[in-house]
Amino acid sequence: MLDIAIRHQQGGFSLEAVLQIGEGLTALFGPSGSGKTTLINLVAGLVRPEQGQIRLSGETWSDSDHGVFLPAHRRRIGYVFQEPRLFPHMTVRQNLAYGERLLPRTERRESLPRIADLLHLSPLLDRRPQHLSGGEKQRVALGRALMASPRLLLMDEPLSALDSELKLQILPDIERIRDEVGIPILYVSHSVEEVARLATRVVVLERGKTIAIGAPDAVLSNVPRGAGALPAGNFISATITAHHQADGLTEAQSGTGPLFLRAVDLPPGTEIRVFVPVADIVLATAEVSGLSALNRLAGQITDIQRENGSAVAVVVDCSGEPMVVEVTRRSATQLGLAIGKPVHLLFKTVSIAREGLFRRG
Amino acid sequence: MLLSLKVAAVAVAFSLPVGIAVAWLLSRREFWGKTLLNGLVHLPLIMPPVVTGYLLLITFGRKGSVGMLLESWFGLVFSFRWTGAALAAAVMGFPLLVRSIRLSMDAVDRRLEAAASTLGAPPAYVFLTVTLPLALPGVLAGMVLGFAKAIGEFGATITFVSNIPGETQTLASAIYTYTQVPGGDVAAMRLTLISIAISFAALIASEVLARRLAARMGEG
Repeated sequence: MLDIAIRHQQGGFSLEAVLQIGEGLTALFGPSGSGKTTLINLVAGLVRPEQGQIRLSGETWSDSDHGVFLPAHRRRIGYVFQEPRLFPHMTVRQNLAYGERLLPRTERRESLPRIADLLHLSPLLDRRPQHLSGGEKQRVALGRALMASPRLLLMDEPLSALDSELKLQILPDIERIRDEVGIPILYVSHSVEEVARLATRVVVLERGKTIAIGAPDAVLSNVPRGAGALPAGNFISATITAHHQADGLTEAQSGTGPLFLRAVDLPPGTEIRVFVPVADIVLATAEVSGLSALNRLAGQITDIQRENGSAVAVVVDCSGEPMVVEVTRRSATQLGLAIGKPVHLLFKTVSIAREGLFRRG
Repeated sequence: MLLSLKVAAVAVAFSLPVGIAVAWLLSRREFWGKTLLNGLVHLPLIMPPVVTGYLLLITFGRKGSVGMLLESWFGLVFSFRWTGAALAAAVMGFPLLVRSIRLSMDAVDRRLEAAASTLGAPPAYVFLTVTLPLALPGVLAGMVLGFAKAIGEFGATITFVSNIPGETQTLASAIYTYTQVPGGDVAAMRLTLISIAISFAALIASEVLARRLAARMGEG
């Protein structure tokens, strides 16, 4: 269990956080400049906090009251940075072994073959980093962190420099690490799809403050209030029913009707979760025709919340699945939206990012 | 002139560890008096060599404070010995050595050092396994420059340890001597050719080594 209670000033920016981070993957989510990276660097010991404490399982890493500050190299962490930061003068094998060599034999938990296998690195072991692709480099960086047998894994937007194809290749690896390695993971991201897919718990940061902490379903659909800078969305559970090869589509049955998704490589019968960004949903008061959006869900308005500025958040119950939709106040008035009114929610197949569709874990 | 090679080699060998340490201090640490240290290191490059030689003479000479101490403690005498020539060469080559190493250390990505520390590497280990290997081309270039300076050093050497054949007469001072005696042109020319050959060999060797290093790191 990681205990954080700190206050830190950096330039004109101040960060305040009181958090407890346990098993599983905790996502630090928020817009850029919200203090995510600063927080993770404080935990890593790369930055010394001005005030407060950081403890892992009772061991004090940082305590400003007692002048305690354990340097990064004595914290037994693994840190995967935004850039791979591989050592250019070493082979992949040497990079992987770097942290392990520094551990006493009895504390080594990982083995090179296991990690190489887990992250598909075996064919790359004798290469040098400059001969690897971006995705391969980031997998090596991940493996290198794990080989140090860390007690806590920190990841700072490890996928943000990769294109979506490569992201899709690495996401399952991170899921496997989350489920198999069994150490707490702190994962910084501003991608809602990544968070939706990976996180077991979400901490939302905004301007240096934690504004929400909780399960991904609850937190992600509640974020848009206020600043509106965060792309939030809804989860829909569904079961794959068919693949329409000719159209390149996969059909899935949700509690409220069929969904048409981009083709995925999962067999019919697979239970999936689909993440639909709030901003991509269109609300209609009547059944519409002559519209290209393939996905249409019927439901009933259960709540309308005023937001700052011109927007209104409408909560629609679609056969038991609460969906949040954002509309302008003007359209809310024009359409006469009110609690209890039946509505239709429309969204395009392409609105669902490929990393926003995944097997239910 | 084997003596010249010996003097230059000893000069570089002894100033290298100090040079690396000073370069690291200048590149990675902030401390009070950093500008002063930087200036001090570079002083021999800017001052007339004769001044450096004279300063060496009054500090490391037999009557100089440091010179006396060294003699009574270790029996080490610099003045008018080849060791003194090496000291003069080391001091004169030091700025070049430090400058080159420091520049290459500045170029080493500190984010790599941070990554190493998160993997459990204490600072000294980070330096030996990450900083130094990545700065190696600069270290090498610094050694070549220092060596070249040591071979050619004249002003400080002749002031500090004079020009004693077989003891302190280096290549440069030997050439100077021959040009001063009638009929010494042939001998002077021979030594000149030798010094050109040595310089070329050093340059080529460093070039080859640097290229090998670069290939090993794939210009990463």
